[in-house]
Amino acid sequence: MSATTIQSSAIRTAVLQAKLWYAQRISAMVLGICVAIHLLIMFYAIRGGLSAGEILGRTQGSWVFAIFYEVFVLACFVHAPIGVANILRENFPSSEKVIILPWVLACLILVMGTVAVIGVFTGGGSL
Amino acid sequence: MSENNLKVKVWRGKEQGEFVEYLVPRNSNQTVLDVVTYIQRKIDPTLSYRFACRVGMCGSCAMTVNGVARWTCRTHVAKIVEGNSLEIAPLNNLPVVKDLATDMREFFNKWKGAVGFFKGEQTRFDDFAKVKPESEARQLANAGIECIGCAVCYASCDVVASRSDYLGPAALNRAWTLTNDVRDVQQLDRLRAVAGDAGCHTCHTHGSCTERCPKQLSPTAGISGLKKLVATAAVRGSQWGKL
Repeated sequence: MSATTIQSSAIRTAVLQAKLWYAQRISAMVLGICVAIHLLIMFYAIRGGLSAGEILGRTQGSWVFAIFYEVFVLACFVHAPIGVANILRENFPSSEKVIILPWVLACLILVMGTVAVIGVFTGGGSL
Repeated sequence: MSENNLKVKVWRGKEQGEFVEYLVPRNSNQTVLDVVTYIQRKIDPTLSYRFACRVGMCGSCAMTVNGVARWTCRTHVAKIVEGNSLEIAPLNNLPVVKDLATDMREFFNKWKGAVGFFKGEQTRFDDFAKVKPESEARQLANAGIECIGCAVCYASCDVVASRSDYLGPAALNRAWTLTNDVRDVQQLDRLRAVAGDAGCHTCHTHGSCTERCPKQLSPTAGISGLKKLVATAAVRGSQWGKL
């Protein structure tokens, strides 16, 4: 591999990392707003007792709740795996295989989170 | 032991070595560099250490004193002495040449690696570049320009300790200063050099560099500026082009 190729590959990696950093910061902003709203709703909601019926009564059939929580899930999907990948890269610099873990985490967050959102939207009937 | 004596443990050796204890007379207004110089001149001439200006300008004399990286020429013993004891070691995160002298090559090579040097396009036949002192770029450059290259920040950085390829706070601070130098013509190369895994995005924002900098600079702020600039350049492009 020529020096120029190595250099351009290093630049591509650097640019990718800069983009990931950007994505993590933007998703952190979204998460900050989502967590605040989520907590406020929780404080409000538990006034009348906390039960599955109470939660589903609020969320079932509500597009606003569904969209809000899917945005929450997507922000987690972007944010958490990038952070985990950074931690793994720093702690296991010589192991390239560990990069699979953040991908697994990303898939889990996306799939399980979306299933949960569909669950509270439909009341769990369809899944 | 007289109360007027300091009990000074000094690192002797290279990577492998030991602390050797010396008794040094206590004087008023004595600096740590005075202590080291006393040992070398009066007790053991084989002690190796590095200094030049003695007035906080050259950045040669930084050492680890009582566990903390400091510029020794401007550090008064009275301010940091614990009881009557001092422990003086070479800087962390740099190979030891001998005793208190470290090999600074890697440190300065990283400045070069971060394109931490000026390159203009004007010649002596051109008029002076006009940079307004109150302009934002000039103000940002001013904030980090007084770095003396003492490597106190580099020795204090936990990320450098765990990742030997990380450019480090001094190199990135220099890169940020030059990024705000409107006369410089290597901006895109510099952004590429400081982007990514070994560059600005590796900083954990612990702030040790800023806390320890003897010139009260804030490499953390400079690195933060680079992070934003590089990420924006990667996504949307910059005034100098896309990464």
